[in-house]
Amino acid sequence: MRIAKGILYAVGLPALLVLIWWVSTLGAKSFFVPTPGTLAATFAKTWFGDRLFSDVLPSILRLFVGVAAAIILGILAGLLIGSVRWLRALTEPVLEFFRAVPPPVLVPVLMLLMGISDSMKIVVIISGCIWPVLLNTIEGVRAIDGVLSDSAHTYGIGGWARVRYLVLPSAGPQILAGVRQCLSIGLILMVISEMFASSSGLGFTIVQFQRSFAVPEMWSGIVILGLIGVAMSFIFQFTERRILRWYHGLREVENAV
Amino acid sequence: MTKQTLGIAGILGFLLTWELIPRLGLVEARFLPPASEVLAALALDVQLTAFWAAVGETLVAWAIGLTSAALLAVVIGFLVGSSQFLRRFTNSTVEFLRPIPSVALIPLAVLLFGVKIESSLMLIIYASFWQVFIQVLYGVADVDNVAMQTARSYGLNMAARVRHVVFPTALPYLMTGVRLAASVALILAITAELVIGSPGLGREIALAQSGGAISGMYALILATGLIGVLINMLMRFIERKTLSWHSSIRSEVIV
Amino acid sequence: MQSDINEKAGPVTASATSGAGRILADGTAMLSVRNLKKVYQTDGGPVEAVRNLTFDLRPGELACLVGPSGSGKTTLLKCISGLMAPTEGEVLLDGAKVTGPPKKMAVVFQEYGRSLFPWMRVRENVELPLKNQGMPKAERDRLVDEALEAVGLSHVPLSYPWQLSGGMQQRVAIARAVAYQPEVLLMDEPFAAVDAQTRADLEDLIRTVWKKLGVTVLFVTHDIDESVYLGERVIILSSSPTVVQEDLIIDLPADRDQLNTRALPRFTELRHHVYEQIQRAKAGHRPAAAGH
Repeated sequence: MRIAKGILYAVGLPALLVLIWWVSTLGAKSFFVPTPGTLAATFAKTWFGDRLFSDVLPSILRLFVGVAAAIILGILAGLLIGSVRWLRALTEPVLEFFRAVPPPVLVPVLMLLMGISDSMKIVVIISGCIWPVLLNTIEGVRAIDGVLSDSAHTYGIGGWARVRYLVLPSAGPQILAGVRQCLSIGLILMVISEMFASSSGLGFTIVQFQRSFAVPEMWSGIVILGLIGVAMSFIFQFTERRILRWYHGLREVENAV
Repeated sequence: MTKQTLGIAGILGFLLTWELIPRLGLVEARFLPPASEVLAALALDVQLTAFWAAVGETLVAWAIGLTSAALLAVVIGFLVGSSQFLRRFTNSTVEFLRPIPSVALIPLAVLLFGVKIESSLMLIIYASFWQVFIQVLYGVADVDNVAMQTARSYGLNMAARVRHVVFPTALPYLMTGVRLAASVALILAITAELVIGSPGLGREIALAQSGGAISGMYALILATGLIGVLINMLMRFIERKTLSWHSSIRSEVIV
Repeated sequence: MQSDINEKAGPVTASATSGAGRILADGTAMLSVRNLKKVYQTDGGPVEAVRNLTFDLRPGELACLVGPSGSGKTTLLKCISGLMAPTEGEVLLDGAKVTGPPKKMAVVFQEYGRSLFPWMRVRENVELPLKNQGMPKAERDRLVDEALEAVGLSHVPLSYPWQLSGGMQQRVAIARAVAYQPEVLLMDEPFAAVDAQTRADLEDLIRTVWKKLGVTVLFVTHDIDESVYLGERVIILSSSPTVVQEDLIIDLPADRDQLNTRALPRFTELRHHVYEQIQRAKAGHRPAAAGH
């Protein structure tokens, strides 16, 4: 009964909205809004043909590589900078400035410096997404509990062991908060770099549809971007819940007090 | 060496490196002009009305978008957050719509509004709304049951309860949401201007790049970064002021 | 009354009223603190927290350290454990000078919630120092099992520390120290943040573990009753700048329990004496030859 209730809740509003959509497009054919049926048909036709391999998968792959690189580089650099106090003081203003620059602005810059290529698009993604990971890692490393640090010190846990058993887990919540921001910026940059500076890929294809007024196709493009966003969010939440199970448990206990 | 001196040293070091890289030929100067040239271009820009007009256009879009999104989010957020039924009913939809990148709406915006400011607003409002909305939901959910019951037993009506119990609890979350939304709104404003061509700094950057005014392009990028930093500082200031009496109760929320 | 108590002593080579504690013949002490001095540099100028601390612990001894608030107990502990360098003087562990956290020493902190890794389960917490040393799994498992059994936590190896009560968390910290097989165990007011009943249990646990392992224990506390109940010896600190106010031998029977030992007249005498000394320390009285 509970499961049924859960499903009803999950499906309720979406179904209602689709119904409203369907009803409102029943009558006159609108230029801007396709009917649900048209959209579904168009979606399958548009994306599951050749385009899957020529546009969709390469875009997703670039996104994946860019985000993965940004996360790894961000964490490594963050670990280093966060642990050395003078290094942190030295670099923090410059890093905060870079974080404040709206990431899409780097697309024209990198177009200039690297031309239009796969590696340029990946670098665009990295150059935008690395900042939240980097800055959050620095903050997480800085805020390690003093007593915990002393404990590790007295038991001779230093060097790499310290990073693995103390620093990374302790900074984990902060780092993952940065990763979440990184993922959404990455998706934005993937789309922008392709809309602005490309001849292939999801972003480019969608813009082409819009330019040629292929409206249902354009909507299907919006839907697929939405699906990618949802999928990324889902994967992130799943991973985060597992990695930070201890943290959520701890917060629950603390909040119950 | 104090923290401030090191920070300034870092900035100077960065500028110096930027100056040297093109001059030493590590990167072609026409793709990356030296810092001095860019700073000079910025100094020139600052004297032009056209520059400030663009800044104004960006900030207007930012402000209108942010405020509209925040108001919408507060109202809808309070309504949804106060009812367990509504929360559960809307949960799946929210979790589906939230991660949709607002840049996906760009083609639609172009179709509907072309290169007018409404295009920017559409993107800004969509993205900023979620930031504030989610935080308001957290805030309303965090209201202490005991406080609520106490208020009720003292005979406070709904409006009074909202004012004295719900609002103070939700306020820190709201401020966090607005702070996050402020930077998201700027990003989207610039993005819309850059990609769609609606009026503002983003469009100027695209024009500079396609017109070959490279130092000018970098100068504008610097300007957007500075605006971003200023907005961050402004938001943190506002947050501190409104929550100065509250921050002792709230523990640090990792966002 | 005072000299009466001080005459009960073991083999000593120094008087207990000169501002220094008892020291032993060269090479016989497990833990040696010599002329320890710590001066902090603050915005308002240098602050002498500890002026001169000198005392020895013989192998297998359980000594308690008490003093008024601000008497530099924490400073002393940080210097002894190698977490902080003294301004002058030295600490010797089994003859070797302490320059950083020594391998043969384990520390149990007051804030148990913050000294255990919240992302590791109980078992993993206890096992970590051993794993870090590269000890093979079989031996590790054995030591961890024994340690958990010794502190009475064999039934919760898979829990996270924050799922346990305060007393149990401190037991985990103690188990971790025990499994580590140190020669010296430093305890920094470990039961201050725990309720009275749990504290009584933990005190007995410490005595049991101490006797079983033969480890040298330096137990810092502000609880006078606890110091007399636990210790073979109580080192009383003066107020800041700190020297040893008195080094007192506790001649209670070796077998102690909460009910009977605390009812002994001798217990009351000793406790009264310690209390008196601490009051005098708080009032600013210092031993005759204190400071140089």
